[in-house]
Amino acid sequence: MTRNELLDLYFMDARAKLIDIAAFLDRLDRGTGEADFRLAAFLRAMNELSCNEPQRARNVLLSLSDPTEEPIAKAPGKGAVGAWAVVNS
Amino acid sequence: MVSRTTDDYTAMALSGCAAVCEPAFWAGFDRSSAQGFYDYFCQLTDYEPKRAAKFGLPHYSWLCINPKESEDSELAREVIDIIPEFLDRPNVLGIGEIGLNKNTRTELKVLEWHVDLAARHDQMILVHTPHLEDKLKGTRLILDVLKSDRRIDPARVIIDHVEEHTVKMVLNTGMWAGMTLYPESKCTSSRAIDILENYGAEQIWMNSACDWGISVPLAVPRTALEMRKRGWSQERIEAVTFGNPMRFMSQNPRFKV
Repeated sequence: MTRNELLDLYFMDARAKLIDIAAFLDRLDRGTGEADFRLAAFLRAMNELSCNEPQRARNVLLSLSDPTEEPIAKAPGKGAVGAWAVVNS
Repeated sequence: MVSRTTDDYTAMALSGCAAVCEPAFWAGFDRSSAQGFYDYFCQLTDYEPKRAAKFGLPHYSWLCINPKESEDSELAREVIDIIPEFLDRPNVLGIGEIGLNKNTRTELKVLEWHVDLAARHDQMILVHTPHLEDKLKGTRLILDVLKSDRRIDPARVIIDHVEEHTVKMVLNTGMWAGMTLYPESKCTSSRAIDILENYGAEQIWMNSACDWGISVPLAVPRTALEMRKRGWSQERIEAVTFGNPMRFMSQNPRFKV
């Protein structure tokens, strides 16, 4: 597909998601208290968007991933939160 | 489909779904005993196929203790020991969805037990990879376990829930890759199509999730619609959405669609 065909198909959806992210960050600014590791991880991952290679999705996922290699001794719980907490390493 | 209503079966049948493949999975709560799993396996191999048949849908299943409940190794051992009793049931395709959840040593040990079970009984394998931040590490650990067992034929294994950061490492092993379509977590329709366009559509399938959380049973037909918008021919769409799962699952002669 041409870039303009892709824009026709996806621009409005991406625009809405972009504004949602901006509003999310504004909302966090208005919030009180300290943010946990997820905010820093989110902001770090956002840096991947300014990359000029078509690997942004992969790089965002890598940025949010646990980079360690050894299995852990015990599960801290069942769920995942979407970002890796460095303190758990 | 044990967590879904008959409305979902109706919608799937109306949208052209040809068969249901249901892996053993977490129920949203931990079962308290191996007997609870015995009853669940009876549900998957006896009751649920009858329910699906009322909507004209053949029903197939995969059996295991899922990774979210495998942190209790004593319970896991008990459950794995009762699985062989069910492997001859006519709708059982193999062992799954096994894998890891939080990438613990115990989960890894239970994964190895499942792989051994599959090898001893010549079963196909369906693998669940961990969620979100745990997926990258978990996928690596899972692939290491599978590659280290010489009895396992990679072509008879599917690694599910791949995303952009894990798909290549899976395909490089010769195993199949699965993309599970979700509105938020895992893979959206547009990203799934990107992955197909970037990594090839020969050994990847897409599946809709029908679990107890937010999920869309018609995610595959919706993705097919988006593929048409992106200029995919009907032939290519059918090759991915229907042909690929047919090719993989037909390795088990029980699978007839």
